[in-house]
Amino acid sequence: MKNFNGKILFLDRSDINTDEIIPARYLTESTKEALKPYCLEDLSLPGFDPKRDVANKCAIVTRANFGCGSSREHAPWVLEYNDINLVLAENFARIFRQNMYNCGMLAIELTADELEDIFSTFSGAEAEVETDLEKCIVRISGSGKVKEYSFTLGEFDRALVEAGGWVAYADKKY
Amino acid sequence: MGKTIAQKIFDAHEVDRPDADVRVLSLDRVFCHEITTPIAINDLVAKQCDRVFDTSKIKAVIDHVSPAKDGKTAIQGKTLRDWVRRHDIKDFFDIGDNGVCHAIFPEKGFVRPGYTIIMGDSHTCTHGAFGAFAAGVGTTDLEVGILKGVCAFHDPKTIRVNVNGALRPGVFAKDVILTIIKELTVNGATGKVIEFHGSVIDNMGMDERMTLCNMAIEAGGTSGICEPDMVTVDYLWPYIQEEFSSKEAALAEYRKFTADADAEYDRVVDINGAEIEPVATFNYKPDQVKPVREFAGTKVDQVYIGSCTNGRLEDLRVAAQVLKGKHIAPGVRAIVSPATPKIFRDALAEGIIAIFMDAGFCVTNPTCGACLGMSNGVLAPGEVCASTTNRNFNGRMGKGGMVHLMSPATAAATAIAGTIVNSPLFSEK
Repeated sequence: MKNFNGKILFLDRSDINTDEIIPARYLTESTKEALKPYCLEDLSLPGFDPKRDVANKCAIVTRANFGCGSSREHAPWVLEYNDINLVLAENFARIFRQNMYNCGMLAIELTADELEDIFSTFSGAEAEVETDLEKCIVRISGSGKVKEYSFTLGEFDRALVEAGGWVAYADKKY
Repeated sequence: MGKTIAQKIFDAHEVDRPDADVRVLSLDRVFCHEITTPIAINDLVAKQCDRVFDTSKIKAVIDHVSPAKDGKTAIQGKTLRDWVRRHDIKDFFDIGDNGVCHAIFPEKGFVRPGYTIIMGDSHTCTHGAFGAFAAGVGTTDLEVGILKGVCAFHDPKTIRVNVNGALRPGVFAKDVILTIIKELTVNGATGKVIEFHGSVIDNMGMDERMTLCNMAIEAGGTSGICEPDMVTVDYLWPYIQEEFSSKEAALAEYRKFTADADAEYDRVVDINGAEIEPVATFNYKPDQVKPVREFAGTKVDQVYIGSCTNGRLEDLRVAAQVLKGKHIAPGVRAIVSPATPKIFRDALAEGIIAIFMDAGFCVTNPTCGACLGMSNGVLAPGEVCASTTNRNFNGRMGKGGMVHLMSPATAAATAIAGTIVNSPLFSEK
């Protein structure tokens, strides 16, 4: 299983699309590794600098409809190759969400109120997340505070995360 | 309780239920292009499972960057080409025969009512115009589709959109779908199917229905779907006449995939077709839509007519009607890209290409290139493009560029005026 614990990258905006996560001009690459330097290169978010802010993060906390737009799996891959395997959002675009689980990554839905609480409590300073898949809880800590949020994980999504993705799962089953 | 179109298609294709909400479906079609398929191919080769589930159900095309623009895109083309030959996949459209995937696959008769279709391309929802469940997927879903012929989806909740009344002259499918996306928002149909109904849809040809379904994804929709009817059968007839004794028999078969009167919908949206006017997008989200008349004075540097949304013959005909005998404004450059070789040939035969060229348009071969800023019409920072494509995301057609989405009629009128304006086909009265 992948690592779901570590430092958080806060992206305080809704509707962040796949072109922002990985622009189409990099879709000419034939390996996932080659995408790594271009993570979130076209994100329009005041104060965000991809060169400075992406390194050493393990999770993204954002708002609604993350990953909308294109079907490109390059979007989860570019996160994966930057060691970001977990995204917490109000909801996800369908294809992006499925792509995350298909790669054995976690796309976790929290309510708008919970996300607002996380942003108001933790963003602007260093914060970390710890994921308990048994209890379905994310524990967020930073600025001397610790808070827990519970989530639901469907049976199929859990099986994909545990199998390491859809290829491994489907290969056994179909 | 009755069923929606998608529920009926799911019922006919279910092979597993790994979760209360999730169904694994058998696939009738797996479509492939050279951008998202090569990594799946390479992974299958690396895992020593370089196999395909059914060569007759897999169709492939090189379309996104065609002809190849550099070494990297040449490798992507070669990877797809070698794979197709290795597995003897018959329906492969390479340079010379190739067109934009969501235009060429329907044109070849590969899409039928009731089918399940996936492709590593978000605009796969286009094929729902035929009453199919067609969904864009990522490379991993594509890889499993190629290998096993299955794909997993959550149970399809459906939004029903009724567009009744009659469209005013000069109002087109693009205006209808942009108006619907504005109403639903970019997150309004996330994970849901959008079923289109009503007299406006009934009166649309297949080209227009494809424009409509093509942009379901811009509201987050998994697939757009129109009910199969005689318009669908007429379009498919050359490909299905061996299978059915008559068009009526074909229709009777396809009508299995219509919605029940008591089907359960997540939401029902009613739109009066007579109130729709020509619209275009502003800013960077496809739900940021306003009437064309509110753009007065908005200058453009480039006009682009083409793509899986609006590069079909009907689109070129309408644009040519506006352009005939006119010339594009000084300082504007204009590009038209017929979406398939057949469309190109038909447009040549009808004199449409000559009208575009006389008007000062550059005519390119069929390709997706400019729509996603990959080739054949990339914008420079600060430039503005009036475009018949489907996404106005920040940087979509080139970093720092602005894209205004609109119908071919509006794009053609804008090319002549140099600013975003209504076409003379539309009258405000």
